Amino acid sequence: MSQGLFDVIILGSGPAALTAGLYTSRADLKTLIIAGTKWGGQLQLTTLVENYPGFPQGIQGPDLMINMRKQTERFGAIIVDIQLKEVDVVNQPFTIKAGDQIYQGKTIIIATGADTQWLSVPGEKDFLGKGVSSCAPCDAFFYRNKRVIVIGGGDSAMEEALVLTKFATEVTIIHRRDSFRASKIMQDRVIGNKKIKILWNSTIKEILGKDKVTGVKIETKSKGMWEMPIDGIFVAIGHTPNTVLLKGINLDSKGFVARVEERNKQGQLLYFTKTNRDGVFTAGDVHDYRYKQAVTAAGFGCMAALDVEKWLEDHE
Amino acid sequence: MTQVVVTDQNFETEVLKSDKPVIVDFWASWCGPCKMLDPIIDEIAKELGDKIKVAKVDVDANLQTAQKYNILSIPTVILFNKGEPKQQFVGVQPKERYQEEINKIV
Ligand SMILES: Cc1cc2nc3c(=O)[nH]c(=O)nc-3n(C[C@H](O)[C@H](O)[C@H](O)COP(=O)(O)OP(=O)(O)OC[C@H]3O[C@@H](n4cnc5c(N)ncnc54)[C@H](O)[C@@H]3O)c2cc1C
Repeated sequence: MSQGLFDVIILGSGPAALTAGLYTSRADLKTLIIAGTKWGGQLQLTTLVENYPGFPQGIQGPDLMINMRKQTERFGAIIVDIQLKEVDVVNQPFTIKAGDQIYQGKTIIIATGADTQWLSVPGEKDFLGKGVSSCAPCDAFFYRNKRVIVIGGGDSAMEEALVLTKFATEVTIIHRRDSFRASKIMQDRVIGNKKIKILWNSTIKEILGKDKVTGVKIETKSKGMWEMPIDGIFVAIGHTPNTVLLKGINLDSKGFVARVEERNKQGQLLYFTKTNRDGVFTAGDVHDYRYKQAVTAAGFGCMAALDVEKWLEDHE
Repeated sequence: MTQVVVTDQNFETEVLKSDKPVIVDFWASWCGPCKMLDPIIDEIAKELGDKIKVAKVDVDANLQTAQKYNILSIPTVILFNKGEPKQQFVGVQPKERYQEEINKIV
């Protein structure tokens, strides 16, 4: 079934994509959002979001995403919960394959975000859902009176550990360095929590078990290799940008989508969010390794949408 | 489409003794990704009509069943046929992944 030519096709469904779609559909651009089967993005994996403005008491991540989706759909954006398969960013109009559908668009916004970065150690894949997890809010419940570890040193690792203390008897954060990069408020909460222990300068070498996780092999700087019996391991070492399908789009040295700032003859910035391809823009964590916040992703989404509007005006 | 709410009490009659294959969806109200799975399971169920039964297990209230099947992460979907677990899916998967396995038994 052909749905005609879209003014813009947005790839992704996190805060960046849904905000972009809100702006483009409200500007009367024919908008398609390829949301993927895991629509909603990273905030689906968390509990209370306290730093997204407009919610004085905070809001649950999944609720925030449902709200954003409804708001974007209200202005006529079409959202399909299917996985992107292929995208041609070379020939205009751009062609996109998702599921068994083919769509065409005059412009594209890449907002595919980032997914959990796994440890890539033996045992990890085998025990996924059998003691290995990346979503404490989803899975903490199953670790009542159990011992768990959290790997990482950023805000998400702190958040995972705090969520787990509500169920587990013992939570140990294992970090490869001797200090956290998490925000001070999150570090204070962790350090003030009696159930949480911290193990510095240590890395996981292997995840052990038979039907489910029973322990891990750890290397600690001062003490070498040792084994720790545990029931669950929560991985929060960061995220990898979802760029695999983006053939023809330049990435930066860290593997994120590269922005190419385009200026006019007077040196004024024309498009802030443009990629190396004409008519292809980017927003959110897929291109941003620095800020990585819901509100910045939404902000970038807005910028990309306004760039698309301007680009369409300039080219029609 | 037959959709049933399954508990620790009726798991045996509704799932293990079912004469049709059963898609058992382990979920909970506090699990964000579980909400993403709902429309996928609904679509599959609609397409297969009465060839299959969909059973929803709220793990919060039915920990015994969750433990019996070693559920440590949700959403988890287990495909049952003739009382036997045939395939287990952890996390939200593309619709085709579920269909592939279901088509092997219906
Ligand atoms: C546990 C956790 C807690 C967090 N807490 C906070 C917080 O309290 N405050 C805050 O500001 N930020 C928080 N963040 C960070 C915040 O979630 C991210 O910065 C933000 O979600 C980035 O938005 P995004 O739109 O760029 O991408 P994402 O949220 O990553 O969304 C990308 C979307 O694109 C989809 N996608 C990817 N590839 C494809 C494909 N091939 N086809 C179709 N769809 C695809 C994905 O399924 C996903 O839905 C948290 C993150 C995590 C993991």
